[in-house]
Amino acid sequence: MIWQIELIILAIVIICSISALAVKDLLSAAILFGAYSFMMCLLWAIMGAVDVAFTEASVGAGISTVLFVAAVFQTSRRSKD
Amino acid sequence: MLTVFLGGLLIYCSFEFPLWGDPNSPASTHVSPYYIENTLEDTSVPNIVTAVLADYRGYDTMFETVVIFTAGIACIFLLRTFKTVDPDIRLYRHIPTGITLRIEKGGKFPEDSSHFERLDTVWIPYGLIVKTTCRLVIPFIQIFALYVIAHGHYSPGGGFQGGVIMGASLVLYAIAFDLRSAIRRVSERLITLLCTLGVFIYAGTGILCMLFEKNYLDYSALANIFGVDPVSARSHGILIVEIGVGIVVMAVMVILYYILASAGKHDEGL
Repeated sequence: MIWQIELIILAIVIICSISALAVKDLLSAAILFGAYSFMMCLLWAIMGAVDVAFTEASVGAGISTVLFVAAVFQTSRRSKD
Repeated sequence: MLTVFLGGLLIYCSFEFPLWGDPNSPASTHVSPYYIENTLEDTSVPNIVTAVLADYRGYDTMFETVVIFTAGIACIFLLRTFKTVDPDIRLYRHIPTGITLRIEKGGKFPEDSSHFERLDTVWIPYGLIVKTTCRLVIPFIQIFALYVIAHGHYSPGGGFQGGVIMGASLVLYAIAFDLRSAIRRVSERLITLLCTLGVFIYAGTGILCMLFEKNYLDYSALANIFGVDPVSARSHGILIVEIGVGIVVMAVMVILYYILASAGKHDEGL
């Protein structure tokens, strides 16, 4: 595998994870977490764990993002205090 | 500061790990060679991951399924609210004219006939293009989900992934239309029944194996039922178990979405 691509994906994973923790808006955090999951899925695929990559793509990037967004939808945009 | 220290410690320890793909590492010297050499003869399943997951490590997967089932049931117990509180405002659309009616509390709600359609107050999905596209796409997603479940023997995939894709198609329906029409299609009672049915299929397969005087989840006992040799019977057993897992995962995903999207009320929601 081309090591440059691996390095870029690893960098995106780290950036996404840190910014998902740091960002204030919950919706942005959910979307960043989805991006993180998708990049992790690419990493699994690069390392040859195709089954894990498939699970990560469907569960992590797919349905859990939807569930996060559905939960964020019940919160209000700004905190009351 | 402590975080950086612990992270540095973890990275330092990871240098002691065996190299990636090292044939002499402990992980690939004991039990992995047996799987790699014997899976095809034992179970006639080319995808070793599926065979390990559903056959050699059948107990593990069964209790994973039970964990998912328990998570869904726990969500129902914790978050579902059965007390119906009438919302302050309800919106209805008069279908022939397209006029939206806003009815406040105390007003007379029109009956849900063919002329009036209830709308969400928090979020109004009214997109002809979105609805039509989803209506076209959802059957293909579901066929793909069934393909992933059934083709797990030969390619990556299996019950978990297929179940999630199947659940995602129902969630897509609920997003594109609204939650009430999704619940009208797939009711809460049905989805909870499916949730238990999946676990029942998995555990029942194991008990069926015991009835034929083999170990729990030893699918070669099912050879008489399918009328094939024990090796193909293990392959078929894996398929049955994967179907059970798929049903559980699909049902739990839909349960979680229904509850989270409507804050447990199953009335209005995303």
